[in-house]
Amino acid sequence: MRHLRIANVEFSSRLFTGTGKFSANDVMEKALLTSGSELVTVALKRVDLQTDSDDILRHLNHAQFNLLPNTSGVRTAKEAIFAAELAREALETNWLKLEIHPDPKYLMPDPIETLKAATELVKKGFVVLPYVHADPVLCKRLEDIGTAAVMPLGSPIGSNKGLRTKDFLEIIIDQSNVPVIVDAGIGAPSHAAMAMEMGADAVLVNTAIAVADDPVNMALAFKMAVKAGRIAFESKLGKTLSEAEASSPLTAFLD
Amino acid sequence: MTFYDQISEVNWTQLGDSIYSKTTADVKGALEKEQFDLEDFKALISPAAEPFLELIAKKSHLKTQKRFGKTIQLYIPLYLSNECQNICTYCGFSMDVKIPRKTLLDHEIIEEAKIIKEMGYDHVLLVTGEANKSVGLDYFKNAIRLLKPYFSNIALEVQPMEQRDYEELIAEGLNTVLVYQETYNKTNYKIHHPKGKKSNYKYRVETQDRLGQAKIHKMGLGVLIGLEDWRIDSVCNAMHLQYLEKWYWESKFTVSFPRLRPCAGGVQLKSPISDRQLVQLICAYRLLNEELELSMSTRESALFRDNIIKLGITSISADSKTDPGGYANPKQNLEQFEIDDSRSTEEFIAVIKRKGYDPVFKDWDMSLQ
Repeated sequence: MRHLRIANVEFSSRLFTGTGKFSANDVMEKALLTSGSELVTVALKRVDLQTDSDDILRHLNHAQFNLLPNTSGVRTAKEAIFAAELAREALETNWLKLEIHPDPKYLMPDPIETLKAATELVKKGFVVLPYVHADPVLCKRLEDIGTAAVMPLGSPIGSNKGLRTKDFLEIIIDQSNVPVIVDAGIGAPSHAAMAMEMGADAVLVNTAIAVADDPVNMALAFKMAVKAGRIAFESKLGKTLSEAEASSPLTAFLD
Repeated sequence: MTFYDQISEVNWTQLGDSIYSKTTADVKGALEKEQFDLEDFKALISPAAEPFLELIAKKSHLKTQKRFGKTIQLYIPLYLSNECQNICTYCGFSMDVKIPRKTLLDHEIIEEAKIIKEMGYDHVLLVTGEANKSVGLDYFKNAIRLLKPYFSNIALEVQPMEQRDYEELIAEGLNTVLVYQETYNKTNYKIHHPKGKKSNYKYRVETQDRLGQAKIHKMGLGVLIGLEDWRIDSVCNAMHLQYLEKWYWESKFTVSFPRLRPCAGGVQLKSPISDRQLVQLICAYRLLNEELELSMSTRESALFRDNIIKLGITSISADSKTDPGGYANPKQNLEQFEIDDSRSTEEFIAVIKRKGYDPVFKDWDMSLQ
């Protein structure tokens, strides 16, 4: 399985994970270690940046994990930029999952504010991974302004509905010159495998692992699924055909 | 247009009939659905749904976990003042109740803040009566400025205010405002609120519209359960919620379930709700709205609170005092209502963990707004 490179970091795991919704921080720690994930998101709103003994961060203090602070909770580009700078200073990383959702019910990302904030943040030296709709044009615009990857959603966040945006994800994957990370909505290992088989560079999973009865084993299942999907993609999947190809009645006259 | 226009068209009796006429078939039909509408909500809170409580609770549990995970948010109330110029027939702060009145001074606010911060709390709910001259916009502004260094999330449960007042308070760092309608029954609202600014039904029912226009991050609504028919009031509250979500899509919503309790005012319960029915109501809200925050205070018993954690409630207070200055000096002034669950924060956290849930103290940051 080929390694994935984003900005200047190489990842041997293509499973990225979230840290919310777990029943306890030690359960989260065990599950994420088992998942093999090397990039884990941390919501700014959940960590206490005033102290140096935050319990979530303490459990993520492993060489395996790179932290990816996210701006969940902000509603505008201006708020996102402020939060990003705070995260950079407190967590000592210039990586950022840019998440702007003015809609707190469905948590839909705002394309206009996201493009605006990403433009500024790239200029300020951030490695920006924007969470967006599966909008192929928006993804190209973000690539143009210099984001390190794009993170289109598979279905509404936390919905476990899988790749409802499949047709658009295919276009994004086909067109993109930066890594495509399918984020949100991946509710089962089979969804993750499907995204990888389609050629996504990585997936981000949170709810499906955190809310499982056995988060540690579910993390393992996702690890295996992501790997299987990627190897299948690299090995070139056979085409699906609806009919057998025994004869060529339309072009036989050319033989 | 505001919600007042919509609620004014509601015929209380007809609405009641549409709830109480729900049948077993209606309930079964609702339970087969994935997306629930207001008619399903009526069925789920109707007497016909009572035999299905376990199934309703199971669905609510799963939906809540999917959205909120295995977590529960903790907050604590901080009573700043019990001065009040309203007469509310059911409230311990009512103007006609002879209790000592107290409004916290700056150093007293800070003293309380330090104590509850030490207890571990990071989300605070500021509560007062309604005394517009002494405890108005300037008082709240000052309180938020004093408390901002201590807390990540500041909420307010005070008298309804103007849109521009809310805008000023949001700029100071206010995150959430809770205003309960108490009852949507316009005629009887007047009887329960005979005097004071609160007697203006229209002004109160339009508060959430003003909050939405001020772009508040989160707003809360609810009814005082038991004051009027709780089923009809709850359907009105659900209508209010649905209206607000459509118009103010950038705000988050939270619903609370205050049950009328004995207090210094004393009032006859018109429509008492049993524990089973309260569970039914909470779960029905969850099925109607997966993303809604559902909140519970220490008015409820320890047994009830311990078990409701898994059933749909996502935000809960503990270790609370409902008299101003009560954390630093317990039992100085009379409380607004009696606390039922008086266990310590530590004890309650241990229960949450035993239930397999993570008690979350911080889920906001001032830097985000």
